[in-house]
Amino acid sequence: MRRVYFDHSATTPVNPLVAEEMYKFLTGENFGNPTSQHYFGLIARRAVEEAREKVAGVISADPNEVIFTSGGTESDNMAIQGVAQTNRDRGNHIITCAVEHHAVLNTVKALGKQGFTTTILPVDHYGMVDVDQLAESITDKTILITIMHANNEVGTIMPIREIGKLAKQKGIIFHTDAVQSFGKVPFTVDELGVDLLSISGHKLYGPKGIGALYIRRGTRLRQTLFHGGAQEKLRRAGTENVPGIVGLGKAAELAGSDMEQENKKMTDLRDKLIDGVLSSFKKVRLTGHPLIRLPNHVSFCFEYIEGESMLLSLDMKGIAASSGSACTSGSLEPSHVLLAMGIPPEIAHGSLRLTLGSGNTEEDVDYFLEAIGPIVERLRSISPFSEEENFDTDAGCSECRISQSCKG
Amino acid sequence: MYSDKVMEHFTNPRNVGEIADASGIGNVGNPVCGDIMKVFIKVEDNVIVDIKFKTFGCGAAIATSSMVTEMAKGKTIKEALEISRKDVAEALDGLPPQKMHCSNLAADALHAAIEDYKSKSV
Repeated sequence: MRRVYFDHSATTPVNPLVAEEMYKFLTGENFGNPTSQHYFGLIARRAVEEAREKVAGVISADPNEVIFTSGGTESDNMAIQGVAQTNRDRGNHIITCAVEHHAVLNTVKALGKQGFTTTILPVDHYGMVDVDQLAESITDKTILITIMHANNEVGTIMPIREIGKLAKQKGIIFHTDAVQSFGKVPFTVDELGVDLLSISGHKLYGPKGIGALYIRRGTRLRQTLFHGGAQEKLRRAGTENVPGIVGLGKAAELAGSDMEQENKKMTDLRDKLIDGVLSSFKKVRLTGHPLIRLPNHVSFCFEYIEGESMLLSLDMKGIAASSGSACTSGSLEPSHVLLAMGIPPEIAHGSLRLTLGSGNTEEDVDYFLEAIGPIVERLRSISPFSEEENFDTDAGCSECRISQSCKG
Repeated sequence: MYSDKVMEHFTNPRNVGEIADASGIGNVGNPVCGDIMKVFIKVEDNVIVDIKFKTFGCGAAIATSSMVTEMAKGKTIKEALEISRKDVAEALDGLPPQKMHCSNLAADALHAAIEDYKSKSV
C-alpha cells in the first residue's frame, strides 16, 4: 500500500546521514565517556563540542550557551523551573499563554501550586498572543515570560520579536519553546530577543531522546532538575548521550544548510493542501493563522465528523495524520489549543492536522486530496448532523445521559 | 488499538440511516463530548422489525452503534432492553479501556429509543 506520512510535527524519520554519524559513536573507538581523560574520552568530547557548535550555528549563538538535554520536555522544564527557583528572591510571577505545549503549561501550573503566581494569557482566533495584553499583565514580581515560537497544533507563529523587546525593556527573563520552528524557519536568538530557547532532535530528522536548551550568557538559572555530576558545565548532570548529541548536531547542520530551499518546498506543498481542501468541502475551516504559520503545517476542523474516525479512515488508505479530538488526546476534552482559540468543542472534535516533511511530494498531496473526499463524505453520511440539522447545541453535560460515567 | 471486529464494523457499519415513521427515537450523548448517537426503531407486535442509526463520534462509537443495531434487530422489546453496554463491547471482541465510557453509548441509545416508543404507545 502507498504510505504517506503527514505527521512530522509528532516526529520525523532520522535522516540516513544523521543515523550514519550516530552509528559511528556507538562502536569502534568512539564509545567513550566525554568526561574521561584518555584517548577514548577525548574522541567523544570532541564530537560533543562539534555538535554543540553546529546547533549554536543555526541560531547564531555562542556554543557555550547551548546545553544538551533529553528533549523538548526536559528543556522546557529546565528553563522554567530553573528560572523560577533561581529567581524566587526577585519575584514569583510567571507569564505564559493558553496554547503552550503541555511541557510548558503543566510546568507553569505545577509552579502555581508551589507559591508562584501565574498568568495564562488567552489567544485570539488564530492562536496568537496579544503583546499589549502581555505587557499589561507584567507586574514588578514578574520573573519569567514563556511563550512558544510556533504552535504545534495549529502552526501559528507567535510575535516573539515584540515580546523579546518588551521582556528586555522590563528586565524579565524570556523563554520560548522553539521545538516546532528550530531548523524550519530562519531566526537567530538575538533577533528573537530570547534568553532561553528549547530545541528537540526528533522533530528535525534527528533521533528521539535528545534536545538542547539555549541559555543566554548571564541568565540567572541554576540547574534544579537533576542532582549529579558536573557535566555540561554543571548545568545538566548525567553522562552525555553522545550518539544522540552527534545526531542532533548533524540534523541541525543539515537543516541549517538547506532551510531556505526546504522552506519554499514546504510552503508550496502546504498551500496546495490548504487550497485543495478548502475548495473541495463545505463546512471546513483552516485553524491557525493562514500566513503567519509554519511552512510545513496544515490544520483544519471538519464540521459534523470526529477526528479519530478521520484518522482511522486515512490510515486505512496509508495516510498518517493526527487530530486534537478528545479520542486522540488521551483525555475526554478536545485540544486545549483549539478551545483556547474559541473553537466550539463539537467542532474541535473534527480537527485534522497534516504536517509535512522533506520526504513528501506533490504526488502525496494529490493522493491525500483524492482520498479525503470519500472519507469525509462517508463519515458525514453516518453523522446525525448536517447543514439542515443544527450542529450547535446548548446541551450541557447535565443533559448527557452518560456524563456521569464519563467523569468517573 | 481496536479489534478486527471493531474495524470491520467501523468500515462497513450496518443499518446506517433514519426511519421516517419510527416507533421510537433515542438520542444520547453530546457533541461537546465528541460522541452523539441517534437510534431509530420500528416496532411491530412488540418486536423490533427495523432499526437504523446515525452517529457522530470516533471509531468505537460508530462500531458500537452498528453492533447494537445488529444485536437488537428481530428481538422483542424485553430482550432488547437486556442488551447492555458490556454485551456490545464483548460482541466487538472488546474495546480499549478509555473507550468503555464515552464511546460505548450504543446500548443507552437503544434503550432510549425503546423508552421513547413506550412513552408514545401508552
